[in-house]
Amino acid sequence: MATSNLFFNPLRPKTNLQRRTVTGYLFISPFILGFLLWFLIPALTAVWLTFTDWNLIRPPRYVGLDNILQLGRDTLFWQSLKVTTIFTLASVPVGLVVSFLLALLMNTRVRGISLFRTIYYLPSIVPAVASAVLWAWIFNTDFGLANVVLTALGLPKIQWLQDPSWALPALIIMSLWGLGATMVIYLAGLQGIPTVFYEAAEIDGAGRWAQLRHITIPLMSPVIFFNLIIGIIGTFQVFTAGFLITDGGPQNSTLFYVLYLYRNGFEFLKMGYSAALAWVLFFIIMALTLFVFKYVGGLVHYEDTQ
Amino acid sequence: MNRVDNISVAGNSNATDQQASAAARLLSPILDGEARWRLLTLIVLFVGAFIMALPFLWLLSSSLKPEQEIFLFPPKWIPNPIRFQNYIDALTYKPFGTYIANTLWIVILNEIAIVGSASLCAYGFARISFPGRDFWFGIVLATLMVPYFVMMIPQFVIFSRLGWTDSYLPLTIPFFFGGGAFNIFLLRQFFRTLPAELADAARIDGCSELGIYWRIFMPLAKPALATVAIFTFLNGWNDFIGPLLYINSPDKFTVAIGLATFRSVMRTRWDLLMAASTAMIVPVLLLFFFAQRYFIEGIVLSGLKG
Repeated sequence: MATSNLFFNPLRPKTNLQRRTVTGYLFISPFILGFLLWFLIPALTAVWLTFTDWNLIRPPRYVGLDNILQLGRDTLFWQSLKVTTIFTLASVPVGLVVSFLLALLMNTRVRGISLFRTIYYLPSIVPAVASAVLWAWIFNTDFGLANVVLTALGLPKIQWLQDPSWALPALIIMSLWGLGATMVIYLAGLQGIPTVFYEAAEIDGAGRWAQLRHITIPLMSPVIFFNLIIGIIGTFQVFTAGFLITDGGPQNSTLFYVLYLYRNGFEFLKMGYSAALAWVLFFIIMALTLFVFKYVGGLVHYEDTQ
Repeated sequence: MNRVDNISVAGNSNATDQQASAAARLLSPILDGEARWRLLTLIVLFVGAFIMALPFLWLLSSSLKPEQEIFLFPPKWIPNPIRFQNYIDALTYKPFGTYIANTLWIVILNEIAIVGSASLCAYGFARISFPGRDFWFGIVLATLMVPYFVMMIPQFVIFSRLGWTDSYLPLTIPFFFGGGAFNIFLLRQFFRTLPAELADAARIDGCSELGIYWRIFMPLAKPALATVAIFTFLNGWNDFIGPLLYINSPDKFTVAIGLATFRSVMRTRWDLLMAASTAMIVPVLLLFFFAQRYFIEGIVLSGLKG
């Protein structure tokens, strides 16, 4: 130990603060390196790519703002935005409300309730590819489960995956099958609410609705908010279902944004244009998150106001 | 079947209710309303659970059908004969054994990478105070917000420049650098809940920071590490887009890619497709049943203690 002090070493820590700084940075150095290598360099690459025309084979060519200007004229770009927006607007609110109601119903101490929780949660951990193959079969027009159910209810069969007006609703239904993940997050939140609040409210004569309105929802608002943001970010990245079940069709009715991004990159080999699409995705998600923080975040009630 | 279960559930709820508040219900008529409410809750939950379980039953039923029974409308829910051979046929038609071995190899590398490097970084962020720590933790949180698809194109360009395509390097090496922002965040949250006195006592005894991390904090963090390990397994097992981009040789396929390819060659053999899908889902379900506690831990750590 003592020998290490014999020679001059500018890196040898002298004070406690210096020692902590060196140790601290050593501990987090894997992240810093990873951030530079797999994040910062790719981000700079993406900036460069946005201004080039490159198919990975010929040398890249500088094209200025062409890729960005092309976005405005690209009808498929707008179509993919439309598809993703509809999917988000349908899937996120319905998922949030239904899973919240389910969590409320499940937040009771009744024997056997854990079996229900398990049944609702399991679909959300099914691998996306297996789920896609399963739902492709469920939505089979002639023999699929969806039409079995419709027929049992006395309704006509639907050409789910062949009909441009039904393909997207089919994938929305499929996405709702996975709402158990959101439900469990709500459930964990509900179980964190101290029961004294409800006991006090009951003494004051507050009914079920008043308790929900004035205790549960305000105290749960940070969790609802969290699920809203996670939900939006999640629906903007739906890929596997559109890729495997419908391949974006019929008539581009399920052309999700990231599916279009993937096609430009790896089917049309337009690296520059797909980098531009990736930036648009980044800014959309940033803008949506900021929007939600600004306009919905104000409604969130936080317990500790430190 | 439906009706019988309903009645037994209703009976259950009455029994529990009586146990819970037998004395109180004699005094107050409001609790009769409570009992009715619980009954209604259970009916709603039962119907919901039936809907959630139906795709699973359909999957299982289809996977055990002889080929001709797949194409019956209305369907036969219980196959006759029950054909377990579907599983053997499906899993040997394509070399699923190899796919499973490949996936497990990727998962094992990811486990080592993530548990090792994310815990190091998390320890640095949680337990050592040094200038710039909060800045870098802010970067961790910022990268958490950036979707995979935004970085997909430039990362692909970089990995293909490095000559890493058609190998497992792009699917494993990046995880050695920090192990993912989410895992750092989750483990940091856990490390912060452990008492500081533990580290102080060891420091006085002359234990190095690395020793404190490895001998004191890592053993105590086993539950959180188990959570991270489980989600790492799920992500590796389920990952589709990663292997889709980087793996071309069939002998290097993962289970997800194998199943997707199997689907594209077996357009109408739904019996075999369902058997292969079931085979991909079963390990995930088993993991859930053996490690339920850690699933919930992960949700609580990530969503609510933040």
